[in-house]
Amino acid sequence: MTPTKSGDAILSLNGVTLRFSGLVAVSGVTMSIPRGSIVGLIGPNGAGKTTAFNVITGFYKPTSGYVEFSRAPSESVRLTGLPPHKVCKAGIARTFQNIRLFNNGTAMQNVMVGAHLRQRGTWWMNMFSYAFPAAAREEREIASGAYSLLERLGLEKYADSPASSLPYGAQRRLEIARALATKPSFLLLDEPAAGMNPQESAELLDFIRRLRDEFSLSILLIEHDMKVVMGVCEHIWVLDQGELIADGAPNEIKANPRVIEAYLGKEAVAHA
Amino acid sequence: MSQPSENKNPARNKAMTLIALALFVSFLWWAQSHLDGYKIRIINLIAINAILGLSLNLIYGMAGMFSLGHAGFMAIGAYVSALLILTPEQKVAMWILDPIAPWLPGIHAPFIVSLIAAGLFAALFGCLIAMPVLRLGGDYLGIATLGFSEIIRILITNLTPITNGPLGLKGIPSHTSLWMSYGCLLVVLICMTRLMRSNFGNVLRAVRDDEIAAKTMGVNTFSTRVLAFTMGCFGAGVGGALMGNLITTIDPKMFMITQTYSLLMIVVVGGLGSITGSVVGSVLVTTMLEWLRFVENPVTVGSIQIPGVPGMRMVIFSVLLIVIIIFRRDGIMGMNEFSWDRFFSFCGRALKERGAS
Repeated sequence: MTPTKSGDAILSLNGVTLRFSGLVAVSGVTMSIPRGSIVGLIGPNGAGKTTAFNVITGFYKPTSGYVEFSRAPSESVRLTGLPPHKVCKAGIARTFQNIRLFNNGTAMQNVMVGAHLRQRGTWWMNMFSYAFPAAAREEREIASGAYSLLERLGLEKYADSPASSLPYGAQRRLEIARALATKPSFLLLDEPAAGMNPQESAELLDFIRRLRDEFSLSILLIEHDMKVVMGVCEHIWVLDQGELIADGAPNEIKANPRVIEAYLGKEAVAHA
Repeated sequence: MSQPSENKNPARNKAMTLIALALFVSFLWWAQSHLDGYKIRIINLIAINAILGLSLNLIYGMAGMFSLGHAGFMAIGAYVSALLILTPEQKVAMWILDPIAPWLPGIHAPFIVSLIAAGLFAALFGCLIAMPVLRLGGDYLGIATLGFSEIIRILITNLTPITNGPLGLKGIPSHTSLWMSYGCLLVVLICMTRLMRSNFGNVLRAVRDDEIAAKTMGVNTFSTRVLAFTMGCFGAGVGGALMGNLITTIDPKMFMITQTYSLLMIVVVGGLGSITGSVVGSVLVTTMLEWLRFVENPVTVGSIQIPGVPGMRMVIFSVLLIVIIIFRRDGIMGMNEFSWDRFFSFCGRALKERGAS
C-alpha cells in the first residue's frame, strides 16, 4: 500500500526543512501518513529522526515547509507555528527516547496530568468544589478514567507507586498511558523498544497493534530494533543526514541499496 | 472497579482532625488570657510566617520557581493594608517630609477588606513581574526576582507622598489577634490542600518535575507558572498585611532580603513541596529565631565579659541551615504530607518496637 499525497492522510509533512545556523538537520522532508496506519521512521544515528518528531510536536519551528494534521477526514489544521501544548490539544501525543515521566508523582498522577488538557473545570472551581459539583464530578471522572487507562495497559498495581520506582518496561508503558490520557488520534513513539529484551520487544509488537485498534490511533514510531520496525510497520520512511532516502513497505526497504548503504556503508552494497 | 484510596479510615481521620482542631482552639483560648504579650506575639508570628512560608512554598516547592522576591510582595501587602486602615487624621498628621497625596486620606476600608486588597495588589504586581521574569529559569529567576523585590522597596522608600518614605507608617491599629492570624492560616491551609490535591496540583508538580514533558502533555507551562507565582504573591501580600497589623508600624527596612531568607529557611527546613513542612518549619524557625536572641546579649563568663554581637543569631542560624542541607537535604517532611494513617502506623510501629525490646 502506497500512501498517496491526496489520500486520506492524518498527518503530512510538506517540504519540512530545519536549519540550525550552518547545519541542516532536516531537509525537504515530505511524507504523508495514512489514517489508521502504523508507520515507521528509521535511519542511522543522527539522521534527524527525533528532530523531525520535535518539528511535528512544535518544539522546533521549521525553517521552511509545514506540517498539516487532520484529526477527522474533513478537517485539517496547520501545526507549524503552534506551541507544543496546542499541538497536543489538536490531537497529537508522543513519548520520549529517554523516558520523561513526572518522577515525583505516582503513576496515577502522571496519567491524570495527561487528562488535564481536556478538563473543563478550573483550579478555583476545584478549590471550592462544594460550590461547583460539576467540577468535582469531573475530577472524580478523571481519576477513575486514569485508573481504567492504567488497567487497560496492565499498570493498575503501580497506581499509587512513584513513577520513578516502576520497572523499566512499565515506565515505558506508563509514558504511553499518559500520552493516551490526552485523547490523541495520532501517537508518536520515540524508540519504544529501547532497552527492552527480545521477549519484551516481541510483546511490544502486539501491544502497538492493540493500541492502534483499541484507541483508534495512527502511530508513527522511530525505532532501531529492525525486528520491531519490520514486524509492525505498514510503511517505512528512511532518513539519512536529514534527507529522506527511501520509503516503502518493509520488504522494499530491506532490499533497497540506498538504505543498506546508509546503514552499513558502500562496501556492504557491493557484497550484497 | 476497585479504586486505590489514600484514605483508609475516613471517619476516624475526620474525627481525629476535629479533635485536634478543638484542642488547638482551646489552646489559643488559653493562650489569649494566660500568656504575656511577647509570647502571644510569637504565636501570632508563627501563623503569619506559616502563611508566608506556604505562599513561598507554592512558588518554589510546588511549582519549582526559585524566587527571592517575597519580601517585596509582603511590603506591597503591608503598605496597601496599612494605608487603607489608617484614619484620615492619622495620615495627615504622619506625613512630615513631603505633603501627602491629596487623594490618599479619603481612602479608608475595614480590616478584612484591606487584607483582601493587600493580597490582590501583591498578586497584581506579582503577575506583572512574572510575565517577563518567568521566561528565565533557575538561578537567573532568583536573581531577577531579588532585583524586583529591591526595586519595590526602593520605590516605597522614595514615593514619599504615598508611603511616607523611610519614616514608614506608625499607629496601625493592631487587628492581628490570635483568632485573626490562625483563621487566615486555616483558610490558606484549606485552599492550598484542596488545590494541591486537585488535578491542578498534579499539573503544577508536573511542570516542576519536567517542563518539556508537561508541554507535550498539553500543559501551557508558562501560564501555569504565572498563575502559581501570582497565587504565591497573593499569600505574600496577605501575610505582609497581617505582619504590619501585628507590629503596628511598618517601614521599608522591614522588607529587606533578610526577610526573604528567613522565609526560605522555613520552606527548606520544612521540606520543599510539603504543606505540612512549611507549617512545621514556621514553628521551628520562628521560635528558634526568638529563642536564639540570648546569644546577642552580653554574656559574663567568670571574669570575662563578652559584649553582645548583634546579628549573632543569624550566624548560628546559617550554621544550622548548612547542617540541615548536609544531613537532611529534603527538609523535615521531604515532599510528604501529614496524614493520620501514617501517624497511626508510625505510632503502632513504635509501640511494637518497644514491646519487642
